Amino acid sequence: MGKARLLVLPLLLAALLLTTAWTGQVAIVGPGQEGVSGDFEIFTWWTAGGEADGLNALLEVFQERYPDVNIINATVAGGAGMNARAVLKTRMLGGNPPDTFQVHGGQELIASYVVTGYMEPITFLWEEEGWLDVFPQDLIDMVSYEGEIYSVPANVHRSNVLWYNKAIFEEYGLEPPETWDDFFEICDVVEADGITCLSLGDVGIWATVHLFESVLVSELGAEGYQALWNGELDWTSDEVKGAFELLYQILQHVNEDHGALSWDQAVQLVVDGEAAMNLMGDWAEGYFTSVGWTPNVEYGWVPSPGTAGTFIVVTDTFGLPLGAPNRDAAIAFLRVLGSVEGQDAFNPLKGSIPARVDTDRSLYDEYLQSSMDDFAVDTLVPSLAHGSAAPESFGADFGTVMSVFVATGDVDLVSSAAQQICVANGICQ
Amino acid sequence: MARSRAARSRIERIVPILMITPSVIAIAVFVYGFIGWTVYVSMTNWRGLAPSFQFVGLETYNQLFVGIFDLGRFRTDLVNNVFFTILFLGTCIVVGLLLAILLDQGIRGEGIFRTIYLFPMALSFVVTGVVWRWLFAPSSGINILPTLIGLEPLNFQWYIDNTKILTFYWPGLAPILVGLGMIVALGIGISLWSNQARRKYVPIPALAFLAGLIWFLAGGPQNSPNVPIPEEHGFHPALIAVVIAASWQLSGYTMAMYLAGLRGIPEELREAARVDGASEWQVYRHVVLPLLRPITLSAMIVLGHISLKIFDLVFTMAGDANMPTDMPGIYMFRSTFVGSEFARGAAIAVVMLIMVAVVIVPYLVYSTRREAEL
Repeated sequence: MGKARLLVLPLLLAALLLTTAWTGQVAIVGPGQEGVSGDFEIFTWWTAGGEADGLNALLEVFQERYPDVNIINATVAGGAGMNARAVLKTRMLGGNPPDTFQVHGGQELIASYVVTGYMEPITFLWEEEGWLDVFPQDLIDMVSYEGEIYSVPANVHRSNVLWYNKAIFEEYGLEPPETWDDFFEICDVVEADGITCLSLGDVGIWATVHLFESVLVSELGAEGYQALWNGELDWTSDEVKGAFELLYQILQHVNEDHGALSWDQAVQLVVDGEAAMNLMGDWAEGYFTSVGWTPNVEYGWVPSPGTAGTFIVVTDTFGLPLGAPNRDAAIAFLRVLGSVEGQDAFNPLKGSIPARVDTDRSLYDEYLQSSMDDFAVDTLVPSLAHGSAAPESFGADFGTVMSVFVATGDVDLVSSAAQQICVANGICQ
Repeated sequence: MARSRAARSRIERIVPILMITPSVIAIAVFVYGFIGWTVYVSMTNWRGLAPSFQFVGLETYNQLFVGIFDLGRFRTDLVNNVFFTILFLGTCIVVGLLLAILLDQGIRGEGIFRTIYLFPMALSFVVTGVVWRWLFAPSSGINILPTLIGLEPLNFQWYIDNTKILTFYWPGLAPILVGLGMIVALGIGISLWSNQARRKYVPIPALAFLAGLIWFLAGGPQNSPNVPIPEEHGFHPALIAVVIAASWQLSGYTMAMYLAGLRGIPEELREAARVDGASEWQVYRHVVLPLLRPITLSAMIVLGHISLKIFDLVFTMAGDANMPTDMPGIYMFRSTFVGSEFARGAAIAVVMLIMVAVVIVPYLVYSTRREAEL
C-alpha cells in the first residue's frame, strides 16, 4: 500500500507542472464591454528621478479618466534601457506582449517591431484625435511605415546640445563655440590652465556614438546625414572619413578617464569646474537642475558646433502591440498620452519638451522653452546613438566599431567596417 | 500471496523510474532540447525580431572566426578569455593555497580569518564589479592612494587601458586547432607509452600526430580560411584589473577547499616524513602538495567554467563595449539582446559551450571512472 501511494507523487508533480503551464494562459481576463477596465500593463525603463515622476503624473491623468483600469507599471531598470529592451524582446518573441511599451521612434520601432509584424497600426487613432495637424510632420514620419502610423510620441529630447560652465567661460572671456574651429580655440585657452575642454563619459560606448552623430551632422549637414540612412552616401566617402578624423581630434581634448565614467559623471565634471563643456542630450538639463543649477545662470547651452538649425531628435513613443491583452485600455492610454493634458503632465517632470506643438509653454523652464522654439522651426533628423536612425543590429555593431576607433584612431579601417555593417543591414548597396 | 509479491516487485521496479521521469523529461527538454535548439539557430540566418530559419550551415561561425565585419571582436574576446582564465586560475590557486597553509599553522582566531577570506564569495559578481569599478577608476580610485603620502598619483588606466603587449597576429583557426590536436596527441601517446598494459594503443595518437604533421607540411595553413588583413592580438594589461577583482572574490573558495584538504592529511604522514629527516619545506613539497592534487583539479574545474562564462563581473566593471576587457559572454549578450542578431548570439553561445565542455567532460569521465574503480 505504502509503495502504491508513492506512485501518486510523480503523477501529482506532472499534473502540477501542467497546471502551472496552463494558468499562465488563462489568467488574463478580457476587457469589459462597457467602458474600459481590467488590467493594463505599461512597460518602460523609467524607474527613477524625474522620469518616474513624469510617468506617474501621466498615469494619474489616465487613472482619473478611466478609474476602472488597474494599472500595472512594469519597469525594468538599468543600462539606459538596454536591460528593459532585452526583457521586452523575449516577451515579444514569446507571444506575451505588454499592453503598451516604451520604444524610441524611428528604426528602433520600425525595423525591430513594425516590419517584423509585432505592431498594430494606429492611424485611425491619429485621425480621430486630430493629431496629424499638431505633431510635426518629420516626427510623424519617424513613427510611420508604408503610410500607416504605429505609435504616439510622448516627448522629445534634443541630442545635439553643447552645455558649458558659465563661470569658466566668463573667467576667460569666452563665447560659446559655433564651429568646431571655435571649439578647438577654446580648448587651447582652458587646457593651458589644466581644465578639461570637453568632458565625456562613454562607458558602454554610446556617449561617443552620441558625440559622433553631432559631428556627422556638422560635417555632412542635415541632408548628408539623412543620405547616410537611406543609402545614398557611403561610409567610406571622404565626407564621412572627414567626420571620423574630426572626431579623433575632438577626442584629444576629452578627459583621459572617459571610458570609466557614465554620462552623468561627465556632466558632474562640468558642475565641478573641472571641465568647460559637455556634449549630451538635453536630459543633462535634468542633472543640472538636480544639483541646484539654474539655466543661464550657472550653465549655458548652444546647439553643438556646426549644427544650428538641425534638431537631432530622441523621442520616446508608445504603440499598440498586436495581441495586446487589453487592447481597449491601451488605446485609451494612447489617447491620454497624445492629449495636451497628458503631454503637459509628463514632460515638465521628465525634463523634455512635448512632441506636439500646441501645449502650454508656461509649464516649461527657460531651456525647454528655447528647445521648443528650435523644435518648431529646425530640420528634425533621427538620432543614431539612440536607435532612431538605423536598425538596432546596425547600432550594436557600430558600437564595436566605435570602441575600436577610440582605441586605434584608424579611420580607413573603421569606415570600411562601418560600410560593411551598413551593407549587412540592407541600408547601403 | 505470491501474486501480490509479484505485483509488489513490479511496483518496486516501476516506482523509481516514475520518480525520476519528470526530472528526466524536464532536463531533456529544458537543457538538452534547448542546447540543440541553440545549435540549430546558430546555423540559420535569424537576425531581427522576426524568426527566420533559413539554413546557412556554418556561415555564422566562419564570420566570427575569420570575418572582419566586427573588426575581430570575437577573436579579441577569445584571446582575452584565454589570458583571463590562465591568470585568474593561477592567482586563485596560489593565493588560496598560501592562505590555507597559513591558516593551517594553528594560529589563534582562525575562525575569524577563515570567515574574512571566505566572505567575498557571498557577494554577487555584480556587487564586486561595481565596487572594483570605483576602486580602479583611473582618476579617483587606487591611483590617488600615493598622494596621501605625498607621492605622484599612479598613471595606470586599469580596466580602460588601451595598450596591448605580447602581440601576435590572428592566423586563422585551423592551424591553431590542428597544432593543439597534435600536442594533445603527443601527450596521450607519451602517457600511453609509459603504461606497459596500454602500450599497444600508441599507434592511434601517433597516426593522428603524423596526419597533423602532413597537413602542415602540405601547406594546410596557407589554404585554410584566414582573416583578409593581418590582425594584431595580444594581452591587454587592462585584464589585470578584472583578474584582481575576480580573484579577490574567489580566492577564499580555493582557500576553503585547500584547508579542508590539509585537514584531511593525517598528521602521521608528516611525522613520518619529519622522522625521515625532511625539512618543513620538503614535507610540503613531497608529502602535502602531492596529496592536494585532486583538490587543485576540482578547483580548476569549478573556477575554469566560471571564468570561461564570465559576464556579470566584467559587464558591471567595464561596460559592454570596452574592447580591452571584452569577453565572449558580453558579446553574446550584446549581439542577441541589443543587436537582435540571434544567429550570431547562438553561435557565440555554442562556442562557449564547447569551450566549457572541453574543460568539464574529461573531468566528468575521469571522476566517474574513479568512482567505478572504488
